[in-house]
Amino acid sequence: MPDDSPSLSKYELAARKQQTRRNLLLCSPALIVLLLAASGPLLVMLFYSFLKSGNYGGVVYEFSLDGWLNVFLVRDIFDDVLKVADAHLSVFWRSIKLSAMTTFTCLVIGFPTAYFIATRPRESRNFWLFLITIPFWTNLLIRTFAILELIRNNGIVNNLLTDLHIIEQPIQMMYTDFAIMIGMTYVYLPLMILPLYASMEKLDFRLVEAAYDLYATRIRVLRRVIIPLIKPGIVAGSILVFIPSLGAFVTPRVLGGGKNLMLGNLIELQFGQGRNWPLGAALSITLLFIVMATLLLYVRYSQKGGVQHEQ
Amino acid sequence: MSSSIASSKKLFSIYKLPGFNFIAITCFVMLYAPIMILVGYSFNEGSSLALWEGFSLRWYYSAWQNEAVKDATLLSLIIALQASLYSTVLATMAALGTTRTRAFRGQTAIYAMINQPLMVPEIVTAVALLIVFATIKQATGYQGLSYLVIAHTAFCVPFAYLPIRARLEDMDRSLEIAAADLYATPWRCFRRVTLPLLLPGILAGAMLAFVISLDDVVITEFVKSAGQDTLPTFMLGQIRRVITPEMNAIASALLAVSVLMVSLIFLINRKKT
Repeated sequence: MPDDSPSLSKYELAARKQQTRRNLLLCSPALIVLLLAASGPLLVMLFYSFLKSGNYGGVVYEFSLDGWLNVFLVRDIFDDVLKVADAHLSVFWRSIKLSAMTTFTCLVIGFPTAYFIATRPRESRNFWLFLITIPFWTNLLIRTFAILELIRNNGIVNNLLTDLHIIEQPIQMMYTDFAIMIGMTYVYLPLMILPLYASMEKLDFRLVEAAYDLYATRIRVLRRVIIPLIKPGIVAGSILVFIPSLGAFVTPRVLGGGKNLMLGNLIELQFGQGRNWPLGAALSITLLFIVMATLLLYVRYSQKGGVQHEQ
Repeated sequence: MSSSIASSKKLFSIYKLPGFNFIAITCFVMLYAPIMILVGYSFNEGSSLALWEGFSLRWYYSAWQNEAVKDATLLSLIIALQASLYSTVLATMAALGTTRTRAFRGQTAIYAMINQPLMVPEIVTAVALLIVFATIKQATGYQGLSYLVIAHTAFCVPFAYLPIRARLEDMDRSLEIAAADLYATPWRCFRRVTLPLLLPGILAGAMLAFVISLDDVVITEFVKSAGQDTLPTFMLGQIRRVITPEMNAIASALLAVSVLMVSLIFLINRKKT
């Protein structure tokens, strides 16, 4: 702003103040609603994680660290000894493992796809992008349901394979980690392609041309020129896929069944049959913390020059 | 550039990488095949999800006759209409307050708050809302729809906010300055100049909010009281039981609404440029 000089007239200062007041006034209704139904509840949940669990769900208003202890430890029913909660650890591990695998698969499929769109003639790029955007904005449950119909025991894939006599018995794909990963890859793929495309659209192909002129092979151009230049997009896409995968709830519930829990399902259990609200609250905050840490790392990365290639 | 890509099919092209086109086309097919199959079988005459027995609208009719589906559809629409209306009004005001202005104290905090529903995993928001609303429900005994409406409204604010803000930032100030020069009052200037210019953004925001609210599963599942099933939570409940092509019919109808809305938003945004 050019008029940010220190010597402002009284009149100007008053006008600025008035503008700020107007801005805050305009924002306040939205902020109040968000405070009531977004930020506020998070704070209440933090408070609840330090309370004692009630017998029939809910909480007793007494301070207790049990909720947090229970995230990683269980008290043995018989001799009251604290042990590592293997069940919870395996859920954490599955969540991280499946999210990482989903991210990787999305990258492997998404990178060529984004490249394909970015190298189309300018007029038709919008069309291809639109094809990616449509599934992105359609119902996640419906897309998961579509996968369910494909991989069920009497679903399309199994029926086709049995009809062709490739297999005798249907392959059990549902209720496995594999099913969850396929589902999440399908559901979150657009989140990988869109930021990748945003990076590739800006790719300066003169550099690629220069590399070829200097006798680089295609693989070498990909590895030494394209990928380094696209790196910010790769990182952004990976983060955008990894974070919702980690907090996924619908996809593992529909495709993973009752045994293959992910973090979101473990949290839900604490408010259903398990009925341990403080533990559920503590688990939610742990998930939130992991997500925020990932986002923070990303912000640090992009500030430290991760985006230096962008012009 | 376009011609160089088209004409260099046989020649060496700097744009081509081995296998990339194949993966890309496979990817597009993979993205659409499951949805297409789902929609296709909603028109199946028979009750099997594998055998094609001819075209019929039987399952649409049967869904239409199903009282539970009717109730869920009505509830979904009531909530989505309210949530999109409220969140669009809130988002428009917030966008007017945060764009085209000198940076002011608290602006970053406001951005963070508005975008919070986008950053926090939905399950976490849902659980936090469950805790708060369950406590209020117990204390007041009120079990009505307002919990769902306010939860959806808050969740939809960032979705409505983003297109409105984008539109505002692209808007030329000169027309508004001209109006002010011609002695229009600030309100008149807003009504007759800013609002009409902003309308495509507001429309896109409202439709986006509508789609988001209509499709929401997680928050609804945790906030709803007994008997308050929306279409998606109804589907989630049914998926665990026997699946009939009726579900395909419901899913296809919901899908059609989303696709229609998103296409409209796309068209609105394209006209601008």
